[in-house]
Amino acid sequence: MKTRVYVTLKNGVLDPQGKAIHHALEGLGFEGVRDVRQGKLIELDLEEGVSEADVEAMCRKLLANTVIENFRIEQGAA
Amino acid sequence: MKSAVIIFPGSNCDRDMVVALREVTGQAPLTVWHRETELPDGLDLIAIPGGFSYGDYLRSGAMAARSPVMRAVADAAERGVSVLGVCNGFQILTEAGLLPGALMRNSTISFVCRDVHLKVENSRSAFTGGYEAGEEIVIPVAHHDGNYQADEETLDRLEGEGRIAFRYAHETNGSARDIAGILSAGGNVLGMMPHPERAVEPAHGRLDGRRLFEGILEAIG
Repeated sequence: MKTRVYVTLKNGVLDPQGKAIHHALEGLGFEGVRDVRQGKLIELDLEEGVSEADVEAMCRKLLANTVIENFRIEQGAA
Repeated sequence: MKSAVIIFPGSNCDRDMVVALREVTGQAPLTVWHRETELPDGLDLIAIPGGFSYGDYLRSGAMAARSPVMRAVADAAERGVSVLGVCNGFQILTEAGLLPGALMRNSTISFVCRDVHLKVENSRSAFTGGYEAGEEIVIPVAHHDGNYQADEETLDRLEGEGRIAFRYAHETNGSARDIAGILSAGGNVLGMMPHPERAVEPAHGRLDGRRLFEGILEAIG
């Protein structure tokens, strides 16, 4: 089973990479972009029986740094 | 003083740290590979060197912080053994939860590699006794992820408890409150982005880093 973990910076945490991407988009002439935030997508291929609680434990222990990042788990992704 | 330098795949300042400790303490430090689950007995100081452990995969220091040896380092820190983390070592210590906060990408995006002026904020710790409080020293930095961030409450606590060891004298990487180095609550763990081991002999052009190691030697013998 495929599970996706989205890791994003918490609100209020400065995202220099997002800012640089924003500037680059403006430099290319794209208009109307208010803000850019960069995050990570981690895909897990899990055996049956691995629960969402297990995935949450993985997020808290390794996949996200909860000092600065939030995570969202999307189970059964295609 | 019995010391050890921890080496991870991708560490690249471990030899400089070994030389600095050997030159200043007169005793060569032991080197410990990250797969070890136990540390040598009787250590007074554990040094976690700079570099790019695990290629900075996931987050700088994230993988190294979960290495087997880090459990032993955490246990030793708990017992009061002094732990010094420099650059990637600082990132590893925050990722391991031995120091609060996180080190994020520099606010300018650029890799910063130059001498920086630091203000010594606390000269009473086991690491900073070689300096005067308020003194300005010059030590090189070389990092991409040195932007120290923590929530306001944590920052206030660090200030209030005198746990900010060094501050950048000038804006360097976007760090909250210009923090360059912090101490643990017990005062026996120091994490800092600047590289004291790169300023220990005349050929380096600067000796301000040497005084950190001299201070450690003086404090913990």
